[in-house]
Amino acid sequence: MNDIAVLSNADSVALDDIDVSDPKLYQNDTYYPYFARLRREDPVHYCRQSLYGPYWSVTKYKDIMQVEINHQVYSSDAAISILDPPKGLERQSFIAMDPPKHDEQRLVVSPAVAPGNLANMEGLIRERTGRVLDGLPRDETFDWVERVSIELTTMMLATLFDYPWDDRRQLTYWSDVVIADVRSPESPVHSEEEKFAELTKMTEALGKLFQERAQLPPKFDLLSMLAHSNATRNLPFREFMGNLSLLIVGGNDTTRNSMTGGLMALNEHPKEYQKLRDDPSLIPGMVSEIIRYVTPVIHMRRTAKEDGEIGGKQIKKGDKVVMWYVSGNRDPDAIEDPDNFIIDRPRPRQHMSFGYGIHRCVGNRLAELQLRILWEEIITRYPVIEVMGPAKRTYSNFIHGIRSLPVRIPA
Amino acid sequence: MPKVTYIEYNGREHVVDVPVGRSVMRGAVDNNIPGIDADCGGECACATCHVFVDPEWLPKTGLPVPGSQEASMLSFAAVTQDNSRLSCQIKMREDLDGLIVRMPEGQH
Repeated sequence: MNDIAVLSNADSVALDDIDVSDPKLYQNDTYYPYFARLRREDPVHYCRQSLYGPYWSVTKYKDIMQVEINHQVYSSDAAISILDPPKGLERQSFIAMDPPKHDEQRLVVSPAVAPGNLANMEGLIRERTGRVLDGLPRDETFDWVERVSIELTTMMLATLFDYPWDDRRQLTYWSDVVIADVRSPESPVHSEEEKFAELTKMTEALGKLFQERAQLPPKFDLLSMLAHSNATRNLPFREFMGNLSLLIVGGNDTTRNSMTGGLMALNEHPKEYQKLRDDPSLIPGMVSEIIRYVTPVIHMRRTAKEDGEIGGKQIKKGDKVVMWYVSGNRDPDAIEDPDNFIIDRPRPRQHMSFGYGIHRCVGNRLAELQLRILWEEIITRYPVIEVMGPAKRTYSNFIHGIRSLPVRIPA
Repeated sequence: MPKVTYIEYNGREHVVDVPVGRSVMRGAVDNNIPGIDADCGGECACATCHVFVDPEWLPKTGLPVPGSQEASMLSFAAVTQDNSRLSCQIKMREDLDGLIVRMPEGQH
């Protein structure tokens, strides 16, 4: 469908028939008008039938916030995406747990990405970022995702896990496997069984390092931290697999897509790009605006543990409740002129991309640091990086992925 | 109007008026005092308005109620102490005139 056809379809389709869970909407980047209509006409919307069964869509900023802070009723136990875990192949992780177990496991890894440790990492990140940027070709079209976004986030991941440097692209591959929708032809794996088999290899490879680190004095990498904490040193295999998957995707994919999405947003908004060139001190605020505008995680899902009410709608115990961050971040009642990318907007940090409440992104400060350094280093080298063609996006209703983006740096 | 003294991690002090009923977080944000981010805007849904309350003032501000939303969000903040509070949960009162709060190294 072209843009006009999408707009008219979003406005003419019966409200009851709107199903925003179709991954094609995100692959084609055509979801906006559906959420605009839901926010206007039916902000807490029930979809009776979808590939993922019936579910509630929560689309307004303030309603999403109410679900986020009410973890007693809106549980993360066992599932945090609209797709239920594959039967018999479940992989538990602390993002998909409720307190107290969630709290115990999260606290093991959070020191790795706390402000004190980030200050220690800044020099290393800056040096690497500069090296990657200096190695880019001039006056020639290349893929920004491959050469910059994947390269930088993979290096970060290898450091966080203290993973063998030359094998670091394995981490990227596993991250892609974790988030893959197995029905997509572009997916690296084509069934849940195949996905599980690949993640078993991941768990064995990282498990070997985990065992080695358990024998050594504690260090400041994620595997060592997991190996030396009472809450995580004896995790069952599936739970170890789930937590590794969570940390790999969380520490990688989201930042990767913000690194690409930010460059796209600046190209689509030349006045903002000029503002950035004129005043690089706007970068910290711009980083938050990029994270809002890109919204790297499309949704999070909760399950009602008891009957409740959201935005006037009666939610029944057991119902699937989906918080659409892509919609909350474009809610004009919470964010002024939300469809515009404005690098010096007031209160740029008040966006939903990291989630809120006890499951709020633990690595958010590291993500901001990486993006801030990237743009500080870009702007001193390359005043212009041109987007040369359309982005290829991921078939997923969960991770807002950009698979490739052709760009050119003028000579 | 009651006054609050905010002390940044680097020692810089800011003394500002904060109207009764407004939160200590809002007092910082309204006066552009660095060191308090308040990402969630006062919903007690992040932990980025974390402050250390001057021990002399603790009897008046009180501590987070165990098991409360504030206590659970605070448990995820970096470097908490036994005088840690989320400043969005401290509402200004006349008897808090002169309150002193210190900021942590960073908000997380």
